Amino acid sequence: MNEYADLLIIGAGPAGMAAALAAAPSGARIVMLDDNPLAGGQIWRDGPQASLPARARQLRERLQSHTNIRHHRGTRVIANPGPKQLLVEDDDHGWLISYDKLILCTGARELLLPFPGWTLPGVTGAGGLQALIKAGLAVRDERVVIAGSGPLLLASAATAKKHGATVLRIAEQASFASVAGFAAQLPRWPAKWLQSFSLFNRHYRAATHVIAALGTERLEGVRLQQQGKIVELECDRLACGFGLIPNIQLGQALAYAIQGQALAVDTWQASNHPDHFAAGECTGFGGSELALVEGAIAGHAAVGDVAAARQLWPRRARWQGFANALNQAFALDPQLKSLAHPDTLVCRCEDVAYAALAGHTDWREAKLASRCGMGACQGRVCGGAVQHLFGWQPSAPRPPFSPARIETLMCLDDTPPA
Amino acid sequence: MPELMLDGHALRVAEGTSVAAALALGGNGCSRTSVSGQRRAPLCGMGICQECRVTIDGRRRLACQTLCRDGMQVETQP
Repeated sequence: MNEYADLLIIGAGPAGMAAALAAAPSGARIVMLDDNPLAGGQIWRDGPQASLPARARQLRERLQSHTNIRHHRGTRVIANPGPKQLLVEDDDHGWLISYDKLILCTGARELLLPFPGWTLPGVTGAGGLQALIKAGLAVRDERVVIAGSGPLLLASAATAKKHGATVLRIAEQASFASVAGFAAQLPRWPAKWLQSFSLFNRHYRAATHVIAALGTERLEGVRLQQQGKIVELECDRLACGFGLIPNIQLGQALAYAIQGQALAVDTWQASNHPDHFAAGECTGFGGSELALVEGAIAGHAAVGDVAAARQLWPRRARWQGFANALNQAFALDPQLKSLAHPDTLVCRCEDVAYAALAGHTDWREAKLASRCGMGACQGRVCGGAVQHLFGWQPSAPRPPFSPARIETLMCLDDTPPA
Repeated sequence: MPELMLDGHALRVAEGTSVAAALALGGNGCSRTSVSGQRRAPLCGMGICQECRVTIDGRRRLACQTLCRDGMQVETQP
C-alpha cells in the first residue's frame, strides 16, 4: 500500500491544520499525518476531561469537509528512504508516502531538566500533567505542585484545579521583574491579556525553582528554592516543565538548515530545500496564534498562491512580537544547570547519571561512552537537557526515527536501491 | 464506556480515556521498570519520552497515545 501526495503535512496541530485548509482550495491531493489519535496538536488535545475551544472544533469540521484532505491518525514517520519519500507506520500497517511538497508542522515538546527525584512516579511534565488530565487522569483531592517556566505552568494549574486538585504552588523560575514586565506588555495582544486574568493563581511565585522531588517508591513531596529560601511541601504530584523546545529531528534528518534550536525558514515558510516548508513551533516557539498564521502561509505558498500568503505577513509579524516578548521574559536562569547531582539520572531510557556525562566534550563522545540518548526516546528528552546543561547540539537522528515494527521496515524491500 | 483488562483486572473507563490515564485509574499508574530497576510512570503525556510504553493486545504501544477500547488487553512491565 503506497501513497502519493501533492502536499504532505507532518503534524495536525494548529499549524498543520491551517496549512491543509489554506492549500485545500487548490484541489491538491493533501495528506496530513499525526501520531496522536485526533487532530489538534498538544494545545487542542481532546479527551473525556477536555473542553475544546470553538475555534478548534470549527477547524476540525472544516478539515473533514474537504474531500482532498486525508488525515492519517496515530501515524508516525519512521524513515526517509529516498528523495521525497517517507516510510510511515500506524497501529496496524507500514507504508511509503511519496510527495511533491512537504510541510513540517512537528510542533514542540517540553524541556524536561533533570533534578534529584525527577524519575519518581508522580513527577510529570507541566504540559504532561495537563495532557494526562484531559485524557482522563483523575486528580480530585490530590495535592499538586507545578514548577518550571512559562505560561504553560498557569494553564496546567488551571486544568488541575478545574478537575478538583489542590494546587499548592506554581513555581516560576523567572524573576518577578521579568514576569511583571511581560504582563505589562500583554495589553498589546488583548485576547492574551484577557486570558491571563482567567489563569491568575494566588499560589504563583516568581524566582522559585524545584531543587528535588522527594520520596522513595513514588513522589511524597518537593523541595523548592523559593525567592532565596528553601521550602518543602508534601504533595502527590509534581508537574515540571522548563518551557518548550522545537521538534526538529525530522527536519534535521531531511537536512533542513537549523537556526538556533529551530528549523530555519524564509518569509514563505520555505526551508533551504526547494519544495520543503516548515511552520509552527518547530520553527521556534510562539503559541497557537503564530502557528495558525505560519501554517496558513506555508499552505498557500506550497500550492503557489503567493498573494494569499503575502497577505498574512502582517498578522504573523504581530504574533512574532508576542513570541519574542514571551521568550525574553522566561529565559532560563543559569542556576538551573546545577540542579542535577552526580548520581541524578539524565538519560531515563538507559539510566545514565550526570557524572557519566560531565567531562565529555560533545554529544557524540558522551553517547558512545555512556549510551546516553541511545534508548527508546532516542535522545528526545536527554538531548534537550544536555543542550541546556552542556551546550551540546544533538546530532541529526538516523532512521528508524521511532521504535518501529519489523513488518514496517520490510516495506523498504519494494524500493529500488538508490 | 469501554471495558479493558489491565494486568488481568477489568476496568471500565469513560469514552476517550487514554491508556496512560487508565494506568492510574486502575492501578498505581506505573507503566514499566527501568534498566536499573526503577519503577516509572508516564512523564511527557505527548508521545515523546516513551516512559509509558506498555503491551497492548500483544504489541508494544505508547499508553499516552492510545485510547482505551472495549476488550483491550493492557499489560504493564513489572
